[in-house]
Amino acid sequence: MSVHLVILPILIPLIGGLLMLLPPFAGPAKYQYRRVAAFALFIAQITTSIALMQMVMQNDGMLYAVGDWQPPFGIILYADQLSAMLVMLGSFLGLGVTLYSFAGSDREGKYFHPLIQFQLLGIYGAFLTNDLFNLFVFFEVLLIASYTLLMHGEGKQKTAANMHYVILNLIGSSLFLFALGTLYGITGTLNIPDMALKIAQLSPSNQLIAQAGGSMLLVVFGLKAAMLPMHYWLPSTYAAASAPVAALFAIMTKVGVYCIFRVYTVVFGDEAGELANMIVPWVWPMAIITIILGTIGALASTNLRTLIGNLVVVSVGTLLITFALRTPEATAAGLFYLLHSTLITGALFLIADMLGQQRGKALDYFVIARKIKQQALLGILFIIGAMTIAGLPPFSGFLGKLIILQSAATATQQIWVWSIILLSSLMTIIALSRAGTTLFWRYSQSNNSNQQPSVSKWQISGAVLLLAASPLLSLFGGSVVEYTDNAATQLHDVPYLIDVMQLEERGQ
Amino acid sequence: METLYVICVGVLTSCGVYLCLRGRTFSVVVGLTMLSYAVNLFLFSSGRLNLKDAAILGMSESYADPLPQALTLTAIVIGFAMIAFVVILSMRARADLGNDFVDGSEPADSNKFIKPNRDKA
Repeated sequence: MSVHLVILPILIPLIGGLLMLLPPFAGPAKYQYRRVAAFALFIAQITTSIALMQMVMQNDGMLYAVGDWQPPFGIILYADQLSAMLVMLGSFLGLGVTLYSFAGSDREGKYFHPLIQFQLLGIYGAFLTNDLFNLFVFFEVLLIASYTLLMHGEGKQKTAANMHYVILNLIGSSLFLFALGTLYGITGTLNIPDMALKIAQLSPSNQLIAQAGGSMLLVVFGLKAAMLPMHYWLPSTYAAASAPVAALFAIMTKVGVYCIFRVYTVVFGDEAGELANMIVPWVWPMAIITIILGTIGALASTNLRTLIGNLVVVSVGTLLITFALRTPEATAAGLFYLLHSTLITGALFLIADMLGQQRGKALDYFVIARKIKQQALLGILFIIGAMTIAGLPPFSGFLGKLIILQSAATATQQIWVWSIILLSSLMTIIALSRAGTTLFWRYSQSNNSNQQPSVSKWQISGAVLLLAASPLLSLFGGSVVEYTDNAATQLHDVPYLIDVMQLEERGQ
Repeated sequence: METLYVICVGVLTSCGVYLCLRGRTFSVVVGLTMLSYAVNLFLFSSGRLNLKDAAILGMSESYADPLPQALTLTAIVIGFAMIAFVVILSMRARADLGNDFVDGSEPADSNKFIKPNRDKA
């Protein structure tokens, strides 16, 4: 059983999602059944991911050859500490989002719960696979689920945002295939560590082609991750999506970031000979400008959800900086920040939606509107979320940014990293305090009778579950940092990965 | 054969890219279709082109790489589903937004690009 643990996170949402399309779960009247099933599926996924994490902590990397076709020929799933951690992150985010949707937003469309499962299927698959074409397939699975989820709840704004999102991602998928075709034509393999072996042995003319293929891949991953200049779709898309969907999308950009970390550390990493770290000179400036533009966007936003969308862009830029530093310490800091930023931006999208519900037609726009009914409750949630994302102590954002600052080693790196991250944090604080004062303190005096319903206990529990990550990640900061340290060391240890796959013995 | 193949892929890609840059959904959808055709041909060629080799070991001295064929097949299936989705979505956008512009509204300066004597004809 334990051998098959690696594929379970993919099988559970696949089978569960398909079953939810069939009776007794199908049909508009059976929504209660679907809710119970969705909750049970998430419990199963969280249990599996925790088991997977424990397993990889004991055994290091876990290899799973699908259909028992051994590497480099078959499709290989590979769970190391990094992918196990991200699978668990995905399942927790999914649980929070689903709990929130139980308040009623899951009934706006027929297939909300199955689609959430398919979305997570694609996300887990992208984290666990060790084959580039398989990665493409899982990307498409998560994308087609996200196209439909983005339409959940309907409305003009959603259709317009979805049009851009779908077209951009279809072009991205074509580019992905072009890049894969190029790399396969040159190296003759799609297995990530095998490609790392082959890339180092290429002739100079073939190196150029491999470089072209690798650069095209960066465009694809950059589009998913919302790296400059491919980030313009993100704020409008996230602001248009319904709250649980936007919160779930918080992990989608991180899938792109994960792929950049994985592919450009293993395939084009230190071991790649002439092509070693070929994209780092590109990522440096783009990461910095991504942060700057995201911060400016946050200051200029007219509603809370666009503001949070821009903060997602800032967090992607910060993660790319930790990638560009190219040390295991920086990667470890980035992984900690990734955990924190995914959960907190997810929670903030949910909080923005609750605020919007209680402000009538003004929604979450920064205008004077009626007083929020549950000011104390929502205010506390908002201030915790805002302090965390801005990086104020004692919450996890502070810790995350602190270890990123520490991981910058040389003087030039320190100048750039310190000034950019600290300045953008200051601007984030300004943007968020402006948002908070308008939303909570500036209300019209005349009309104080608020007829809006209170937020449901499901909504509170979903948001609190995600927000709880903030104090918890600070409290258990030591052990989490230790874990991400190990995960980063393992990620950077390419010869070990090649050894696990036994590629050298097989190649001879 | 290689030259012909390269020209096909190149023309399809450039037509696809050009059409994707247009303002209305119909041309963008056609552009995406062309791009996916180009990508399928390109993937197929990544295993090297040859005319008479079987994809089975032992049937002839040289053999064709079977993997690009499998990749192309997967890419065709996925591409087909995605194009079907984008067709439905653009019809929905036409209904919801009242026009067929990708941006959801007619650009303010679009009359600059349309010949003024079009109505007379």
